[in-house]
Amino acid sequence: MPDIDLGVTPLRELNGALHKLPKDTNETHWVIENPAGQHAIAAGLDAPLNVEINGPVGYYCAGMNKLATVQVHGNAGVGVAENMMSGFVHVSGDASQAAGATGRGGILRIDGNASSRCGISMKGIDIVVKGSVGHMSAFMAQAGHLIVFGDAGDALGDSIYEAQLFVRGDVRSLGADCIEKDMRDEHKAAIHDILSRAGFNGDVDPSDFKRYGSARQLYNFNVDNAGAY
Amino acid sequence: MCGIVGLFIKDPALEPELGRLTAGMLETMTGRGPDSAGFAVYGAGEDGRTKITLRGTSANAIRDTVSKIEKAFPDANAILHDTHAVVSIATGDGIRFDHWLADECGETEVVGRGNRMEIFKEVGLPADVAARFGLATMRGTHAIGHTRMATESAVTTDGAHPYSTGQDQCLVHNGSLSNHNNLRRELRREGMTFETENDTEVAAGYLTHRMHEGLSLGDALEVGLNDLDGFYTFVVGTENGFGVLRDGIACKPAVMAETDQYVAFGSEYRVLADLPGIGQARIWEPEPATVYFWER
Repeated sequence: MPDIDLGVTPLRELNGALHKLPKDTNETHWVIENPAGQHAIAAGLDAPLNVEINGPVGYYCAGMNKLATVQVHGNAGVGVAENMMSGFVHVSGDASQAAGATGRGGILRIDGNASSRCGISMKGIDIVVKGSVGHMSAFMAQAGHLIVFGDAGDALGDSIYEAQLFVRGDVRSLGADCIEKDMRDEHKAAIHDILSRAGFNGDVDPSDFKRYGSARQLYNFNVDNAGAY
Repeated sequence: MCGIVGLFIKDPALEPELGRLTAGMLETMTGRGPDSAGFAVYGAGEDGRTKITLRGTSANAIRDTVSKIEKAFPDANAILHDTHAVVSIATGDGIRFDHWLADECGETEVVGRGNRMEIFKEVGLPADVAARFGLATMRGTHAIGHTRMATESAVTTDGAHPYSTGQDQCLVHNGSLSNHNNLRRELRREGMTFETENDTEVAAGYLTHRMHEGLSLGDALEVGLNDLDGFYTFVVGTENGFGVLRDGIACKPAVMAETDQYVAFGSEYRVLADLPGIGQARIWEPEPATVYFWER
């Protein structure tokens, strides 16, 4: 089990070593100490690794992640798991802006709060936030699910496409073309499925959430708006 | 880009460390701002006296200025720091000093003034700028600093932050204002003068103008939310503390940490990583369009 001290080992050396690992490597469990908020730690992984980071990370941690499980024991800076393709990223503290931005797959779990623009332009990723999310979250969100146990800030889901948003607490305001929708059984099943895969063992009731999504008035061309172009 | 750091000390035992900690924070922000750097330090003040920070075109030029000052104002004390000098004069001599300086040393800039504030800024890498002025050995209650990556105007010392907004007050800025040309014209019509094409100088002038109209600094920042168009994180130094304001969209980063010993600000968490007791600190991001102040 490699144990890397980022106070000693240069970040590029660590990321280079992680990138070189073949998909069938036996060296799957990595522990990283002293991250001290450095940027792009464990970004670009492409193997079924389990990377544990003990401390706060900076920007783009686990960005573009494929297959790997990355656990951050601390807070994460801007763009954690941005453009994630698959795998599981778990932040035990808070996450800064644009968590999970443009993510295409996998699960991002944040145990604290996520700041503004969480899930901006998400394209298939599932994001679970135990705390609250900031303003403009799920802006232009195209596919995937954002599940928030706490509250959502202003302009949730502004200009949203087909992502599904579930919020248990209050939503300060909805963005353009985002509306509350009925919770049907299929949505409760989707929440249940994502939460089980994110490590929640039936201790959250999917019925407590409200669903938000697109009114589909903005992204389809409407001839009545022709004069606006 | 640009990087901002701020450190406000609550526990006097940490005051001798202010300069050393701020210098480290400033250097960490090199990646966000390698063009120029500057900082304001709030050190010891003396009743009845005013500290004026002056900047010359070179270290020799400011030495000449200081020897002239010492002849014209025998009561003045001056401490040289590279291209800058901090001159302490009797507060009552302030207006006479300004007239004399404009007549005798026209090339010398007044960077800031106040009972406790000293401001230093130059072009260059943050670590070099901090070393030239001896930041690491300075002590005080609080400091704010800035590393600049120029976007709206040239890389010059005039374009470096902090900008003084009044006695013992200064401003640093991360972001860019889109209505600074118009606002500069309006403020010039009100009689204000501007030295540069820099957008932050306009923001500083705007706050100064609002405070001349009778607003407190906090209220001036509040009305600024309507009048300043663009994106920004501001950190404002005052005699007793510092304030933080982010625009309503808040795309410019800001992280804060608080312990029993201090409140600290950084554009990124990395800035805070080496502060004492950071592992136990409360860490959070300031809310958009919300004015924060810490004073003691």
